[in-house]
Amino acid sequence: MIEVDKLTKYYGERTAIRELSFAIAKGEVVGFLGLNGAGKTTTLRVLACMLLPSSGTATVDGLEVSQHPHAIRRRVGFLPDTPPLYPEMTVGGYLAFAARLRGVPACQVDLRVGEAEEKTALGQAHSEVIGELSHGYRQRVGVAQAIVHRPPLLILDEPSAGLDPAQIVEMRNLLRGLRGEHTVLISSHFLTEISQTCDRLLVIHAGELVGQGSEDELASAMGQGSSSITVEVSGQPTGITQIVAGIAGVGKVSVEPSSGHGTTTLAIAADRDVRAEVARLLVSSGCDLLRLERNERRLESIFMNLTQSMSLTPSDAGGPK
Amino acid sequence: MTATWLIARRELAGYLRTMSGYVIAAAALFVQGILFNALALGSEQSRLSTDVLSQFFWLYSGTTIVVSVLLSMRLLAEERQTGTMVLLASSPVHEHEIVIGKFVSSLFFLVLITLPSVFMPLLILVNGKLSLGHVAVGYLGLFLLGSACLAIGTLGSTLARTQLLAVIISGGMIAGMILLFPLGNLSERPVSDVLFALGLWHRHFPPFQSGLVNLRDIVYYLAVTYFALFIAIRVLEARRWR
Repeated sequence: MIEVDKLTKYYGERTAIRELSFAIAKGEVVGFLGLNGAGKTTTLRVLACMLLPSSGTATVDGLEVSQHPHAIRRRVGFLPDTPPLYPEMTVGGYLAFAARLRGVPACQVDLRVGEAEEKTALGQAHSEVIGELSHGYRQRVGVAQAIVHRPPLLILDEPSAGLDPAQIVEMRNLLRGLRGEHTVLISSHFLTEISQTCDRLLVIHAGELVGQGSEDELASAMGQGSSSITVEVSGQPTGITQIVAGIAGVGKVSVEPSSGHGTTTLAIAADRDVRAEVARLLVSSGCDLLRLERNERRLESIFMNLTQSMSLTPSDAGGPK
Repeated sequence: MTATWLIARRELAGYLRTMSGYVIAAAALFVQGILFNALALGSEQSRLSTDVLSQFFWLYSGTTIVVSVLLSMRLLAEERQTGTMVLLASSPVHEHEIVIGKFVSSLFFLVLITLPSVFMPLLILVNGKLSLGHVAVGYLGLFLLGSACLAIGTLGSTLARTQLLAVIISGGMIAGMILLFPLGNLSERPVSDVLFALGLWHRHFPPFQSGLVNLRDIVYYLAVTYFALFIAIRVLEARRWR
């Protein structure tokens, strides 16, 4: 669906993105991670045909962005970090306007608006004025305008920005609902959201791609194992690390610095899910198992490892604002 | 064409759904009414109806210029300011469709708020005679002047990041074009001839005000409209692909 080859974009003398190359297959849900100013928004805007690349090529559905911008815009639904909403319009009126702009025939507009409202749970707000909606609802209207013309490719830039925890969960469910119907490229700072929504990750830093693949692939490449679990046992049993390290597939076992107060916490990296075996072995060894959980913060660790080696300077990268 | 019409219709609805459109319309009619009553009708001496009518159009040309700047300030600057430009920029819409759609809506709204002023020339009928042809030509002049000023305002709005800046840029460009004529008085031929011909008001509007239609003046205002919109389109294209 998307093929990017040595894509570079300069703003004057600043390099926003440098020789970026990646591909996204049809139907994939891909997360785009990077620090502020890493070049995420620039890349997304080039793919949405809002910016011309300085060099390199980017194709969407086989069409080159600089050669066929109009044809691509019909195939892309784009949600910027701030939803492009007219506060004086009603939700229904705005979605109808967006649909017509994207080339939906007049006779199908009501149907498409109804579909988009249903998917984003906006049916009740059809006649509401956008300016009077809450931030969460406005964000949903932003997603609805991106899907109203049934685009094969959805590009969402920070869809959960500024939402409260309940709204973030709603947005996550909404994004999951889009899976299957669209190829989705999501840029977000919420690593949990990316982890739970995306099939694959692209990590960009200072305008360059520093990692790509599934969370497990990235973790393996960084020696963190494809599975990471945390175990807490009471007391400080001797030889516990050796016991766990003896399980087939377990890589690194380390005692967490937070251990203490009569308990020991272990961080275990393995190339497969070893939770059941660890639990059985610890219990049979006489340890009192207090806690055993899959480490949800692994993506954060991968992200930090990929980006911490390089320090970002303002003159080095930046996005359009 | 569809996109132009869609954008024009949405923009026009924007004028009618928000207070700003009504405030500008009310202020324009109020100021024009006061000026017309005080300067055109308020004279102690008896005057020819045609002179009163001419003064009405002279006064209304100033109102039209100011209203045009205020109406056009929001056209593109507001879209940039609020981030809604992204919707247009990410849609399969050409830059000329955006600019023309917005210009057409502002021109239509200017006509809409100018029409109620017709009662003022009709007041002359109370004590005098009125040439309907003179009235029609005067309004044609206002339409053409308004069109040129709105096009310059559209260009100013395209260049600016905020509406306030758009007002300053547009007002500056229009004032500069009006002042070309007085500047011509300080120059020598052939420079003065060029400056006289390019001036936005002194040479080209007074004939309309007096009920005269010159093809030269019509072509001038249409040319200013065309060039201002042309540059606005180019500016937008350059920004989209910067």
